[in-house]
Amino acid sequence: MDDTDDNSNIGDELSDSDVEVNDILNFHTEKGAIKDPQSVTFNITGEDHTLGNALRYMIIQNPEVEYCGYSIPHPSEDKLNIRIQTTENTTAVDALRKGLEDLKALCAKVTEIFYKANKDFDEINNLS
Amino acid sequence: MSKSSSKRASAAQDRLELIQSRVIVERDSVSSISSSDFPFHTSNRYSNIDFLEKIRKKLRVSIEKKSQYDMEFDLIGVDASIANALRRIMIAEVPTLAIEKVFVYDNTSIVQDEVLAHRLGLIPIKANPDEFDFKLSTEHPTDQNTIVFKLKQECKRNPKTAANETDPKKLYLNHNALIWEPKGDQADRFKDSQIRPVHQDILVAQMRPGQKIELEAHCEKGCGKEHAKWSPVATASYRLMPEIILKEEITGDLAIKFASCFTPGVVEVKDENVDGKTIEVAKVVNPRIDMVSREVLRHKEFEDKLELNLREF
Repeated sequence: MDDTDDNSNIGDELSDSDVEVNDILNFHTEKGAIKDPQSVTFNITGEDHTLGNALRYMIIQNPEVEYCGYSIPHPSEDKLNIRIQTTENTTAVDALRKGLEDLKALCAKVTEIFYKANKDFDEINNLS
Repeated sequence: MSKSSSKRASAAQDRLELIQSRVIVERDSVSSISSSDFPFHTSNRYSNIDFLEKIRKKLRVSIEKKSQYDMEFDLIGVDASIANALRRIMIAEVPTLAIEKVFVYDNTSIVQDEVLAHRLGLIPIKANPDEFDFKLSTEHPTDQNTIVFKLKQECKRNPKTAANETDPKKLYLNHNALIWEPKGDQADRFKDSQIRPVHQDILVAQMRPGQKIELEAHCEKGCGKEHAKWSPVATASYRLMPEIILKEEITGDLAIKFASCFTPGVVEVKDENVDGKTIEVAKVVNPRIDMVSREVLRHKEFEDKLELNLREF
C-alpha cells in the first residue's frame, strides 16, 4: 500500500459494482488506517447509531472478524467510525461489504415475514 | 468421566445457554446485559453454519395487537441492535409530509404569525410520501414536491344560538379550516385519495368575533431527524420480553403475596384440587405486561423459588 495514500477514498480500490454502496454511505477511511488491509477504521458521514450498532452486530457474526466496534466521535459531528480487524483470510473492506450485504438480506427477510404476519393477522381477524 | 463431573459440565452448559440468551434480573443487579451472540465469544459456536441461514430459521413475527393508530408485535430471533435500528428508523428516517412554509396574508388573531406557523407544522397530513420528491432548498415548489393548503377564516357569531348558549362550537362558526388546493396534475393524481389533515378537529387557534386569519401553507417532504413534525409515529418503542420461571409451586397466602409483587394480571391465584382439598396456587399467566419491578426479589421467602429473566432474542 502506498504510504502517501493515507486518506484515500475507499472507492478507488473497489470495482464498479460497489459504486452504489459507496455513493449512498459516503464513507472514507480514517487517516493512516489503510496501511494494513486487515485493520481499518471506516468513517461514514450522515449515519448514526441506527446503522452503527446494527452493522457492528452483523459484522461480528463473521467468524473471520476478530474485532469490530463503532463510535460517534462527537455528537455535534454527523460522523460514524467503524473499526474492523480481521484474520489473514479476508480484508476489512470485504468484512464491511459482507456486513452490509447481510444486513440488507436480514432486513429483507424481516420485511417479508412482517408483511406475511400482518396479512395473516388481518385474515384471522377479518380486517382488510 | 465421573458422574459428578458430567453433571457439572451439563450445569455449566445450561448456565452458558442462559447467559447467551437472557438478561438475568437479580435482587441487587442485572447481569448478562450485552449480547454475546457472536462467534468465539465462548467457543467456536457456529463457524460452519451460515449466520443468515441460522437467523432465517429462527426469525418470527407475531402480531399481538392492532388498531387504526396502534400496533404491538413480537420480533423473535434477532438481536436488540436490529430491533433498535427499526425503532430509530420509524422515528427519525421514515419520510412524511408536513407544513414547512406558511405565507400569512392576514392575521388579526391573538396568536402570533410564527406561533401559528409552528402549530400548523405539527398537524399530521394524510398524503402518500412515495408520490412526492424531497424539495431541495434551491428548487422551486412544483406539483411533485409541494402540497398547498389554504386557510381563510373569520370568526363570526352564530345568530341562531340561544341567548344563554355557552358552548363555543355552537356559538361561533368556524370549522375544518385547512382546505387543500390541488396544483398541476395533483387533482387527477390524488382523485382516489383525498389529501387532508389526518384529524379534522385539531385546534389551530382560538379567535374572538371579528378576528381574521388568511394564509397559504406549503407542505414538503422531510424526515423526523430534521424536525419531529415529520416523524410518522407518535412514538415507537421496544422492550425485552420478561420471563418468570417458577422453580416450585407457591401456594396459600404466599401465593396471594406473590401475585401482588407483580403488575396486576401477570400472576393469577387459582384454586386447585389436591387430595380433595382446595388450595390456592400462583400461576404466571401474562409475563408480557410485567414492568419488571423486582419487588418479588425483595422477599426472602421467594428467594429460591423463581428465576427472573428478560429474553434477548
